[in-house]
Amino acid sequence: MANETITKTPAEQTVTAEETRSGLFYRPNVDILEKADELLVLADVPGASREGIDIHFEDGQLTIHAKAPRRHENVEFLVHEYGVGDYYRTFRVAETIDAANITAEYADGVLTLHLPKAPAVKPRKIPVKA
Amino acid sequence: MPVRYWPMQNPIAQLRREVDRLLSGFADAVPGGGVLAGVLRGQPAVNVWETADALHVETEMAGVKTDQVDISVVGDQLTIKIERPDVSQEGVTYHRRERPVGTFTRVITLPTEVDADRVEASLCDGVLRIDLPKAEAARPRKIPVHVGK
Repeated sequence: MANETITKTPAEQTVTAEETRSGLFYRPNVDILEKADELLVLADVPGASREGIDIHFEDGQLTIHAKAPRRHENVEFLVHEYGVGDYYRTFRVAETIDAANITAEYADGVLTLHLPKAPAVKPRKIPVKA
Repeated sequence: MPVRYWPMQNPIAQLRREVDRLLSGFADAVPGGGVLAGVLRGQPAVNVWETADALHVETEMAGVKTDQVDISVVGDQLTIKIERPDVSQEGVTYHRRERPVGTFTRVITLPTEVDADRVEASLCDGVLRIDLPKAEAARPRKIPVHVGK
């Protein structure tokens, strides 16, 4: 059909470099809301330090990496239901995002990301000259 | 050293608690389990450890403000109540919705007597830490030995 577009799809292998990660990573719980003008990502990263939060957006791939410093050393737990470690999660964002204007806030262990949508490409009618 | 029976150190009790907590997560999948689901899902996981003169309880609760936490100590029972208000908005599409909302209560039976008046709690970056000084009777005491006459 006519609405087919010719696009170059980036090769997966070259887009994301493999990271050498050591230790255990935790997958933060997230809420992703789509509003008219932006995508809102809320991620629970309790214990993460503000300086240790690394947010990366490249080729439609959003990566959240939050470092959570160890809180107890040489402690023998009577009850041990959760571990402490860094948070890591990656999303592929389908919408076109205005990457330059992504903003992030961190409060009370919740990371809030605002991903504004890029202005939509308006359909254009191309007149054919005689 | 005498072997004391502490419910917290009993591996069977620990396993049972763990399984209860894990299973509570499945309440979501049960049709008609709506009432239970809201109560059980997102029940805070706790870590408890002990030092010579205090017990320490820690739990992770991102997004909770100090006025949404209620901590009480009655006898050997520590109760942590967390309120996570539902802030969902109308007219938005949710692509993911994993963060728990609702009111969660966790009751922990403490292994030693604590001094309820001196319990302190602090909340930092979504991590709640409660320090419970042991009651005088539960603290280790060094008994000096006198030379007999």
